[in-house]
Amino acid sequence: MKNIGDPLPRVDGPAKVTGAARYAYEWQVPGMAYAVLVTSNTARGRVLEVDASAATREPGVLAVLTPQNAMRLPGPTQGEPPDRVVQALQDDRVYFSNQPVAVAVADTFERAVHAALMVRIRSEPARHTVRLEDELANAVPHDLIAGGRSIPADEARGDVARGLREADARVEQTYETPPETHNPMEPHATVAVWEAPDRLTVYDSTQWVFAVQRKLARAFAMPKENVHVIAKFVGGAFGSKGSPWSHVLLTAMAAKQVGRPVKLALMRPHMFGMVGGRPHTRQKLALGARKDGRLTALSHQSASATSRFDVFVEGCALQARHLYACPNIESKHRIVRLDIGTPTFMRAPGEASGSFALESALDELAVALDLDPLELRLKNHAEKDPIEDRPFSSKSLRACYAEGARRFGWEKRSARPRAQTREGMLVGMGMATAAYPGNFAPAQALARMNADGTALVQSGMLEVGNGAYTVMRQVAADALGLPVEKVRFDLGDSTMPEAPITAGSISTASVGSAVLLVCRALRQRLEQMGASGAASYAEVVQRAGGAPIEERSKAAPGEERKRYTMLGHGAQFAEVLVDPELGMVRVARLVGAFACGRVLNARLARSQLMGGMVWGIGMALHEHSVYDEKLGRIISRDLADYHVASNADVQSIEPILVEEEDTVVDPAGVKGMGEIGTCGAAAAIANAVFNATGRRIRSLPITPDNLL
Amino acid sequence: MTSVTVTVNGASKTHQVEPRLLLVHYLRETLSLTGTHVGCDTGQCGACTVLLDGAAVKSCSLFAVQADGRSVTTIEGLAKDGKMHAMQDAFWQEHGLQCGFCTPGMILSACEILERNPRASEAEIRTGLEGNLCRCTGYHNIVKAVQAAAQKAR
Ligand code: FES
Ligand code: FES
Repeated sequence: MKNIGDPLPRVDGPAKVTGAARYAYEWQVPGMAYAVLVTSNTARGRVLEVDASAATREPGVLAVLTPQNAMRLPGPTQGEPPDRVVQALQDDRVYFSNQPVAVAVADTFERAVHAALMVRIRSEPARHTVRLEDELANAVPHDLIAGGRSIPADEARGDVARGLREADARVEQTYETPPETHNPMEPHATVAVWEAPDRLTVYDSTQWVFAVQRKLARAFAMPKENVHVIAKFVGGAFGSKGSPWSHVLLTAMAAKQVGRPVKLALMRPHMFGMVGGRPHTRQKLALGARKDGRLTALSHQSASATSRFDVFVEGCALQARHLYACPNIESKHRIVRLDIGTPTFMRAPGEASGSFALESALDELAVALDLDPLELRLKNHAEKDPIEDRPFSSKSLRACYAEGARRFGWEKRSARPRAQTREGMLVGMGMATAAYPGNFAPAQALARMNADGTALVQSGMLEVGNGAYTVMRQVAADALGLPVEKVRFDLGDSTMPEAPITAGSISTASVGSAVLLVCRALRQRLEQMGASGAASYAEVVQRAGGAPIEERSKAAPGEERKRYTMLGHGAQFAEVLVDPELGMVRVARLVGAFACGRVLNARLARSQLMGGMVWGIGMALHEHSVYDEKLGRIISRDLADYHVASNADVQSIEPILVEEEDTVVDPAGVKGMGEIGTCGAAAAIANAVFNATGRRIRSLPITPDNLL
Repeated sequence: MTSVTVTVNGASKTHQVEPRLLLVHYLRETLSLTGTHVGCDTGQCGACTVLLDGAAVKSCSLFAVQADGRSVTTIEGLAKDGKMHAMQDAFWQEHGLQCGFCTPGMILSACEILERNPRASEAEIRTGLEGNLCRCTGYHNIVKAVQAAAQKAR
């Protein structure tokens, strides 16, 4: 293996720095029409009338689709979960504010926007609630879907009540994380082209071309082969493009109804509610420990918001099942139904919000015990999975703690809050553990050796910023024994071998494994045909007649998943500066050490982790989809009101890659890195804020008013 | 309809446009220069940044007619004779990008920062790029890329 691990610069770099990379909205098709959504401003009720008479009289306006005149879809609009329930103008019900209630279509974008503005909606509002507190009493347990599999809502071991009774110190607290919105920089976009009455081509900004294909095929009652979905570049996603939402069906319907190709991009305000977000959570933690720090009880109960019409469960309490050695553990998930759009997976779903609560509680326990927070975690290091009572496929958490602490200078921390100042600022240091499952789902790939000795490898995964074009090429080149220049990796097309969703840190591990297997198979076949070394591939193919030699393979998890727990681990360390007068918090340094199996490309891996860590800053200090409770809608619905970390918010971010070998997790030995950088980051920052100020903030984001 | 004549990436273009046509859509839809992206429609993300007479502007916040008689540089016009601009190369080499959606706007803003001050400090670069949001990279490598390009220019 020589390419794997190389910090090869991105192969898609040139296309991206020259503007040549084509995202969904940029596919040009002759005769294109433009669609713009009109959304509801009531949070619940019925649409009585959509008055589009003035809009349709405007020049260039081709149609305004409404619940009254939109085509009836011949098939169901929803498939198996996690496919989402969507609103495609099939009835007059309004389930949440900002739900699509009409679509204006015109021959130019400007005319479509103008028409959309002229549409008048008359609705009958019903009583709504968007406040978690109001419905908490009606919370119900619900199983989760995470990493592509179903997980029970509740799990327990031992007797938590007894563990708490036996404890010398206890922490019983409630933590809260706000609703957040993904806000990838590229708004969701769909281009729909009907090639024939029963053949559809779609360019979509998606994390899963096969889900888009299935949803459209189902709704329009066509064989799935008749729907061709293409997505060569996706401008960020973070979970928000994991399921095809309403606009995908609406664009295809609009194209059908006006008889022209139609493109639609959500406007930024449309992205608040209609395409998911991280749900509001309320989490109760109860920890008990002996004087020496050993845990006697760990209870994590999470309630998270979902919509009235669909289910998403934020898996906040999942880590509690696997992270710390403790004889008495309980972990519970409840959902609370509100009149909101359905939340969905958002970068490190469950782990990001859950680790804020769990790791804050541990920090509080460390204070109660007068123990160093890192020491407390080491005391409770789990040598095996505490609930499943089985080994980890690999675990290098101790090395992460040690390496992170050393680089950060943890020994300089003062245990006493408000003990350090710098240039008038209070200085605080905090830490937290990070963990994220090493997910692996079935994936297929093909590899083809051409007569000129170059190889083409394909799998229908996506490039969403993850570096797929680059790392898959590295994996393939190594397996074939070719230099990377001789290998091309292609993706993002529903006619390619099926890949799992590009999300949940699944795809590099899964598709990487499929690519590895298929390239090994191709190499073997070529060797059987007489090849000896990569230099002879061309000759072998030519001798066999010149037609490309092709192999297809599938990688899939097996029984090992029942015998081992598979987690990537990390340790986050934060230093914050807090203005004692203004309560402003700056994250001066964030150091994270992570062990996630084999690193395919250190440059890309570090970049993923850095991005994830900065999401932790956003979560800790800025991000909040603020609801107006009376109106039932998100009012922070643009990038001025919804703050994501900007360049000036970031100071020093240092991800460290800790070496780890895992021969069990998947054939590629990879645990995905897309999410783990966010895990624990908000808690490390909140813990540092406590260390700086003596104020324990249990509800995110930490805004200055909390510290005054 | 109004007539506009704009020099785009060195070539003069004349079109009849609606007065309400935004510069960004003129570039993307009329001229098919889709390297300029739309991220927010509301002047906050910077994905649509282009150079107007050398100054970085958000092309979603200008009408095409406001560019009449002026000169626009988009990401497609930065490379000269098939050779990437030093800033483009630096973004690639320093890995100042992931999904790439913010990249064209980021690069053009960065060009303007160095144009004004070739010795911009890290803090000046960070503040200068505050109007360009990136949701993927965490900004660190973006700053490194701008510094590398500055270094190379000296
Ligand atoms: S699209 Fe112009 S600033 Fe966002
Ligand atoms: S690289 Fe994706 S938004 Fe910057």
